[in-house]
Amino acid sequence: MEGWTYEQTMLIAQAIVLCGQGIGAGLALIAGIGPGIGEGFAVGKAIETIGRQPEAKSDARNTMYVGCAIAESTGIYGLFIGMALLFFNPFLKYLGA
Amino acid sequence: MSMTAAINAVSTVFLESTEKFYDTELNLEVTGPKKMITLWADGKEVFSISETIVTGWVIILLVALLLKWLTSDLKVVPTSKKQAAAEWIVTFFNDLVTENLGAELVKFAPYIATVFTFALTGSLISIFGLRSVTADINCTGTWAMLTFILITYYKFKTNGFLGYFKSFADPIFLMAPINVLSEVATPVSMALRMFGNISSGMIISSIVYAALMILSHTVYNLLNLSIGALQYFSVFQIGIPAVLSLYFDFFSSVIQSYVFIMLTMAYIRNARGTE
Repeated sequence: MEGWTYEQTMLIAQAIVLCGQGIGAGLALIAGIGPGIGEGFAVGKAIETIGRQPEAKSDARNTMYVGCAIAESTGIYGLFIGMALLFFNPFLKYLGA
Repeated sequence: MSMTAAINAVSTVFLESTEKFYDTELNLEVTGPKKMITLWADGKEVFSISETIVTGWVIILLVALLLKWLTSDLKVVPTSKKQAAAEWIVTFFNDLVTENLGAELVKFAPYIATVFTFALTGSLISIFGLRSVTADINCTGTWAMLTFILITYYKFKTNGFLGYFKSFADPIFLMAPINVLSEVATPVSMALRMFGNISSGMIISSIVYAALMILSHTVYNLLNLSIGALQYFSVFQIGIPAVLSLYFDFFSSVIQSYVFIMLTMAYIRNARGTE
């Protein structure tokens, strides 16, 4: 950049990195849509099963919990990436400042 | 009163009470496990013991003492509630493993019970304000690797040495990279699932605590309370985080521990195939 000091350039570079991290964290949380739909579907089906066969209530509930926890994991990956971007600033160190 | 007037009134309160202004700066620090003991040699760090290991060993000692107490002076016909509890625990895990793996693999019950107990107590320790053992990827990664070794062992045993490598070329050899990828993804996803759940719960809890601290200090400022011991006491931190803790600490820990052992057993069952 013409006429800029080193400090000014680094400041702009850091601002761009932080900006990208913020946008990236927001985009990472889009991953929450999938588990939301999936878990809602699973719970709905479990309630249908319990309504049809009330004697299988505990089985349906346990399976639903395990299924929900597994379906949730993709959302958790997204959440974790978002958290890492927000709190650990993983890309600032590549600026070498 | 219009919005601008309200904001002006609030800012006047802030400006007038500058000498007793509560610090509302966000003091949030999210890090990995701290290093508790570090060994230095020639100014270089050669060896360090993290918070996870120390907490883990405390848990191991406590659980070992509890189990020692539970199994002391056993009788053939149980008369004490203590022995009934011990027998219930053993029966529960034996039944669980028999139901999922079959009667011939009931020898896995101690391993499954160990992983479940450690995962549960290691996650629930956050109720006492310590850092969860399972909020460290090294810990969950180790358990996932153990599961991976078990899976691979049973695949070798079922298919034979050549059959194991042949199973990667199923249905055609072009699928081999994808099969290898899915094989590697098993331990990674198991480790990340538990780690992600527990650590994100921990991070969300600490964000809520920090936010409630700011809220309390803002209310103190608005009420024009004089500064004093209240600086270190946030009234909104009482009670409100307990609701979140019920989900993130209690529910999440129990469900994730259960899912971990259920998945371990499901993978072992798949690896053995239909004999």
